[in-house]
This record gives sequence, C-alpha cells and structure tokens, in this order.
Amino acid sequence: MQKAIKHIYTVSELTQEIKGLLEQKLGELWIEGEVSNFKAASSGHFYFSLKDQGALISAAMFAYANKGLKFKLEDGLKVICFGKIDVYGPRGQYQIIVERIEPKGIGSRQLAFEQLKKKLEQEGLFDLKHKKSLPLMPFSVGIVTSIKGAAVRDILQILKKGAPGVDVIIRSVRVQGDQAAAEIAAAVEELNCFGKIDLIIVSRGGGSTEDLWPFNEEIVARAIYNSVLPVISAVGHQINTTISDLTADVFVETPTAAAKIIVDKKNALIAELTGARHELDFSVTELVNGLKNRLIGLTHMIKSPAERLLEKQQFLDELFSGLNYNMQHALELAGERSSSLIERLRTLSPLSILSRGYSLSMLIPQGTIIKDAGQIKPGDRLKTVLHKGAFISLVQEVIGDEGKNDV
Amino acid sequence: MKEKTMFEEDLKKLQKIVEELSSGKITLGESLKKYEEGVRLAQSCSKTLADAQRKVELLMKKDGKFDLEKFDEPAQEEEK
Repeated sequence: MQKAIKHIYTVSELTQEIKGLLEQKLGELWIEGEVSNFKAASSGHFYFSLKDQGALISAAMFAYANKGLKFKLEDGLKVICFGKIDVYGPRGQYQIIVERIEPKGIGSRQLAFEQLKKKLEQEGLFDLKHKKSLPLMPFSVGIVTSIKGAAVRDILQILKKGAPGVDVIIRSVRVQGDQAAAEIAAAVEELNCFGKIDLIIVSRGGGSTEDLWPFNEEIVARAIYNSVLPVISAVGHQINTTISDLTADVFVETPTAAAKIIVDKKNALIAELTGARHELDFSVTELVNGLKNRLIGLTHMIKSPAERLLEKQQFLDELFSGLNYNMQHALELAGERSSSLIERLRTLSPLSILSRGYSLSMLIPQGTIIKDAGQIKPGDRLKTVLHKGAFISLVQEVIGDEGKNDV
Repeated sequence: MKEKTMFEEDLKKLQKIVEELSSGKITLGESLKKYEEGVRLAQSCSKTLADAQRKVELLMKKDGKFDLEKFDEPAQEEEK
C-alpha cells in the first residue's frame, strides 16, 4: 500500500523545494512584529528578529534598503515590514529580507523625531543652562534661510518698519530636501566664522512636516548648539516644534515673531532711555531741592548766632548802663563827701581862727610855724599873720613854758 | 558701527549713573557732572537706536572666502 515510488531528496533539493514553495506561496509580503536582537553590522546590513507572543522570525535589511531610514531600529520597537521570504540554504534557515520598514502606529518621521529628541535631550543639548541670552540690542542679524522663501521677506519687512537701523546678513540655503540640513548647519557655522553679527535667526516659513524636516536633523541641532552667537529658531507657521527649536537659545513660531523680538528689544530700550532721562532730571531736581531745603535750614542756623550776638550786645549795653549808673552814683557820693570835707576843711582852716582874733607866727625865712617858745631865740625874725594883714617883728626875749597859764 | 559697539557699554554706564544719582549719596558737584554725562549717554544711545540706515546683504562663500553682496529686498506685499 505504501509502495509508492520513493523519492529521496538530497538536502539541497529539499531546501530548494522549500524555498520554491515559500517564495511562490508567500512571495512579497507585509509583516508586523516587534524588533529584537537588533544588530547593525559593520557592512551596514541590519540583522534582527521579528517576534510576537507565539513566534519569531529572523530578518535582514541590507544596507541599500536601510540607508534612507529616518529612525533608528531598536529592540522593542513595533514595526511593519515589507519584504520577501528567503531561505538561506547553508544554514537551513528561512528569514525575511526587509525592503521597507515603518514604525507601527506612528509615522517614521515622528518616531525619528522622538528618538533624536530623546537622544539630544539626554546629551543635554536642550538644557536651559546652555541657552545664551540675546544681546541687549542686536544691531546686526544673520539669517539662515532661503532668499526665495517667505521667511526672509517677512523678517525684512518687520525689521524695516520697526527697527530700520538693524543690518541684515543673509546666508541663503535650501530649507527643504535632502541637502537642506547640511546647508543649514554649515550656514550657522559660517555666520559664526564671519563675525560682525550679534545673533542668528534660523528660519523658514510654514510647510508640511516633510518640508520642515531638515530642522529636525541632528546636524542642524548640533550646529545650533555649537553656535557661539545666540540663535533664534523660527520654523514653520504654527506650533510644530522642531529639534532646532528645542536646541536654539530662543524659539518662536514664525519668522515674523523672530523679527518682532528685535523690534521689541529696540522699543524697550527706547522706553528705558526715556525713563532714564526722566529719572536723571528727577534725581537732580530732587537733589537741588534737598540742598535748597538744607540751605534754608543752615541759613536759619547761621542767623541764630547773629541773634545771639545781638543778645550779647544788648546784655553788654545793659552792663554798660549799669556801670554808668554806678559810676555816677559813686561820683555823686564822692562829690558829696568831698564837699563836706571841704566844709570841714574850711572850718579847720587857720584863717577862720584868725578871724576870731588869733594870729599865726612863723620863723622867717624858714616859714616854720611857731608852736613852742623853744623854737625861737631873741633876735629871730618872725612873721605874724593876722586875720587881716601881717607884720614882721623881732624877738626881744623868749619866755618859757611858765608863762603859759597867763595866757 | 563704532557707536553700536559702544552701545551696551554706554547703556550700562547710564544705568549706573541713574542709580547713583537716585541714591542721592553724591555731592552736588559730582551729581551735576554725572547728570551731564548721563544726558549725553542717553542722547547718544537714543541716537544709535533711532538710526534708520540699514544694510541688507547676502553672505557668499567663494573658494573658502566670504564675500558680501548687496541684497535687493523683495517688494513689500501688496495687500496691507
């Protein structure tokens, strides 16, 4: 019953058969699964496995196919792949040769964005501590954008109207397409090298996520991060944050907004200068007023010693008048005393005695008043003064003291 | 260009003078000097800001050398 013709395959034959069957039956296919055991070989080929809860299949993605891949393949990533089944005879293995791969549930660009964002974030490229502050007033602005785009027109227009003194140096680049990222990055470096610029605006107008893609490239992020000059990122026309936005020192939603930052700075400075002028005037007025008041105060203080001087003068005057009074009084007293003395003197005058009949004799020429007979001797000449007139006499005899009682 | 490079420095000087003056801790003579200096700085800074002479140029690179070319601004948008 079982005696059918036995065909005995060689290993190669069977493998070839299986290969034929698989390739014929399945051919090109879509497959979804989770990436595991991912390896990027030095040849540029990717080797990994796709798995789900129940099974696992090897996968290879050759360099030609993975070259344009935006995102990074990594273990755990859910993907959808397009490729074909291949049987690798030497090892008796079947695998899928992947031609295209997409992350599942999320666009590949989105994924690439998330991946790069995470990577640069971990490296610290977005850290606030690396953000440079914009100059007080940028007088010369470098713009990295396409001269054919709307961004340059918007920026120039706002600056012309609001800050017409600001010089603009444009480094024109492609802002979309494969070369754009490299050109943008180079332009940022070139403007840094060129110098004479206060800040750089990296900009382009709105567009699709695809269009804005260059601003999500690592090379642009690194150029912005390495820029010595502060960088404003102004990409797109709505809130679609790019990697360049995250890396830049300041980011705004539109090119117009970037230009307005400069205009605002200028206006703020003008206001500050006006304020400073007022403050200067105010301060000096205050100062002068303060000094005036102090001067008035001081003048009062100066006046007071003058008043004190007057007081002293008055006091002095009073003293003087007191002195005068006292002097006069003293003089009057003295006068009175002297007139009584004179009166007494008068009564004591020998002349008044003479009037009562007494006389006064003196020796001549000595003029000695004779009070004692002993003072004279016979022959002395005497002058005797009477109440009226006088006479000269010659002493005949001197009578001693015994004759006293007779007188 | 020269006055533009002096701008930040001048502005800082001015801010310092305004502070010093408003502190009221300096003599009249000094403050009048500072006031004059302050007014001069404010005027020169305002003048720099009011400057309406601008250049718009294209930075070109030829054989590794930078070169500036005049850029003709696109005409303003029609609707306004």
